[in-house]
Amino acid sequence: MDRVLSKINMQSPTILTLRGIRKTYPGVVALEDVDFDLRKGEVHILLGENGAGKSTLVKILSGACRRTSGRIYLDEAETDIKSPKHAQDLGIRVIYQELNLVPYLSVADNLFLGREPSLLPGILDQSAINESAQRLLAALGLDIDPRTAVGTLGIAEQQMVEIAKALSSDARIIMMDEPTSALTESEIRQLFATIRTLKQKGVSIIYISHRLEETFEIGDRVSVLRDGKLIATHPISDVTQSELIRLMVDRELKEQFPKQKARLGEEVLRVEGLTRNGAFSDVSFSLHRGEVLGIAGLMGSGRTQLARVLFGVDRADRGVILVRGERHEIDSVRTAIKLKMGFVTEDRKTEGLILNLSVKDNICLPSLARFSTLGVMRASKEQQAALGYVKQLAIKTPGLRQRVVLLSGGNQQKVVLGKWLCSNAEILILDEPTRGIDVGAKVEIYEWINRLTFEGAAILMISSELPEILGMSDRILVMRHGTIAGEFRASEATQERILEAALGSYAQP
Amino acid sequence: MPNLRPFVWHYGRQIGTLLGLIVLSTVLWILSPHFLTVSNLINVAQQTAINAVIAAGMTYVIITAGIDLSVGSVLALSGVVLGSALRAGIPLPMAILVALVVGFSCGLVNGLLITRGGLPPFIATLGMMSVARGAALMYTGGRPISGFSESFRVLAIEEFLHIPSPVWIMLAVYLLGHLVLTRTKLGRYAYAIGGNEQAALLSGVNTKWYKTLVYGLSGMLSGLAAVILTARLNSAQPIAGIMYELDAIAATVIGGTSLMGGEGRVVGTLVGALIMGVLRNGLNLLGVSSFLQQIVIGSVIIVAVLIDMALKRQK
Repeated sequence: MDRVLSKINMQSPTILTLRGIRKTYPGVVALEDVDFDLRKGEVHILLGENGAGKSTLVKILSGACRRTSGRIYLDEAETDIKSPKHAQDLGIRVIYQELNLVPYLSVADNLFLGREPSLLPGILDQSAINESAQRLLAALGLDIDPRTAVGTLGIAEQQMVEIAKALSSDARIIMMDEPTSALTESEIRQLFATIRTLKQKGVSIIYISHRLEETFEIGDRVSVLRDGKLIATHPISDVTQSELIRLMVDRELKEQFPKQKARLGEEVLRVEGLTRNGAFSDVSFSLHRGEVLGIAGLMGSGRTQLARVLFGVDRADRGVILVRGERHEIDSVRTAIKLKMGFVTEDRKTEGLILNLSVKDNICLPSLARFSTLGVMRASKEQQAALGYVKQLAIKTPGLRQRVVLLSGGNQQKVVLGKWLCSNAEILILDEPTRGIDVGAKVEIYEWINRLTFEGAAILMISSELPEILGMSDRILVMRHGTIAGEFRASEATQERILEAALGSYAQP
Repeated sequence: MPNLRPFVWHYGRQIGTLLGLIVLSTVLWILSPHFLTVSNLINVAQQTAINAVIAAGMTYVIITAGIDLSVGSVLALSGVVLGSALRAGIPLPMAILVALVVGFSCGLVNGLLITRGGLPPFIATLGMMSVARGAALMYTGGRPISGFSESFRVLAIEEFLHIPSPVWIMLAVYLLGHLVLTRTKLGRYAYAIGGNEQAALLSGVNTKWYKTLVYGLSGMLSGLAAVILTARLNSAQPIAGIMYELDAIAATVIGGTSLMGGEGRVVGTLVGALIMGVLRNGLNLLGVSSFLQQIVIGSVIIVAVLIDMALKRQK
């Protein structure tokens, strides 16, 4: 049945055409020369790694940002999508991962929010609202009472309400950004049924997903983005899973990875059956002195939650953590720091730094116990130590008193690293250590990773950049849906193998 | 010539407030012959002392990105407990200690409600504002307590180097408050918590403990203010301190401490409290009606913060 439908779609008219779309941010080309077209009533899958440009494309089509250059044709007429409101007027809607519904209002009230039918100006026609809502929901084959409060519905049902809302405002193109990431298996079935209904109504869908199996189940055509370029568009029946993976990752390693292998020492961290309900389960691994253990996986695969548990920010529900051979309950960050652990967080601005404080104050923050006597600071000791790390790390700052908010991203990241060097951390967890910093600073961070491992530190490096994982790790763990889905030695790992483990094989259920 | 740049860099905002105080005083000096006399200035300082002592604690709280609305009520409760302790014949130092402990305990409860109970500071201290006031009224049956011994009253009027003791107490509080804020872990952590609580937590700062302590400190300073007020009035009143929280917040904000937390200095707050004291005193000398005074003071607060925000945007 689906095959027949997709045959029909092949001859359907094109309703959206993009030619030569380019989007640049200062210093970054997010999209380059993208040609794309969307047919009436098709589900067009967009694939690509993190940062390949999928989200930017969605933002341009939804009016959230403007393209730098290129042309957009809607029904063969050249169009300029000026704002989110304008995109909606053109019949283009996005179903976001975070839902935009008011939880305390009913389904019907949400569906007509901002354009409520009224009896007199200002007086709502509640029965008309409820009846129209009932019709809309029925047309999508949904069994939801329009008078229920949205907050009491499950995520999938809320998503359906969003879709109904889009339809009620005459949407012709609906974009879904990883719609299944928070859904259970049966909810996914429900969503797919709704998508098929939408297709029959002639609605076109741009569907972003990391899950390859979904691509084959629901898609008509698939386009692969890589480094901001649209690499290929194929009918789904013409490609295999391994071809898609190759299209997603195939690239030369441009960046420099000055990896030097250090001599491995004794085991400093061992994790057995570690579980935090709803985040990750049954994670086991070990980490040695001098080793860089890379953790790959998609966003939301549980990597950051694992790091937070190891560092005492969150609690584990089950499992054992052994540090230097001894079992420890890491019940607070302070305990972790006492065990000589350090955590370079994913987002340095919200979690790593206190932007309004000085370079010195940030570097010394975890180590104040060392720089004070009975709570009174010993300013000269503190100053001396901070100055040492500023020099060692070559942090470019006019002085120790400079507020870190005024430093560049790379120098800010070095301050975060300095914090943990200052606290004498030997087990360092780095979460996306080079995100958002320039190439030169990246190499400096890599050189520090080398230096630290040579001095006997052990490093757990979470990264979404596969070249970085491959370039810097001695061993690689891959996480998927909160479990370890694969483990590779650096010598046997390839981008394809890691991605295959991270995405899950189509053949497996 | 010593290098003044680091000093200006660190205290630029506070120097601005000080200039405001000097301009205000100059204007009053021109308008009223009675303003710039030793006795009047001492009078201003003495009147400022109570608000300034409370505002020192408020500054700590606001630096951690919190707020303490309960200071006025806690002052009243500490005051009546102090009064009854004195009447019961408890020695003066012990009675003062009891007042401080009552204030500190109320502050600790605020802190625990915020850090352990997860309440927003506004709500926790709003509740305490009502509870402490009610407790003070119940404790006294709504009647003031008076008739203290002479030895207690001299606390308010005794002079050292011609300056009355409340002013000395105020200066001591600010000297200590400044040193703690700039030279101790508590001070550093207060800035860190207000600047980015999540990052502070992830750096191993025991944020809950230090936040609780800061509210305790604010309560204790309210207790100290109660000692000064009770001695000056020679009477402990359960309705004392109404609206004091707003004066303390105003002094803090005029002094350059951001309500968003993470920045500010107690010396700024001292100048802010003096600006409010000088303004009240000057307007009284000029015979401005108390109704108009309220309008002027409110406007000064708004203008001060507007200037502050405009300067920050320029940066």
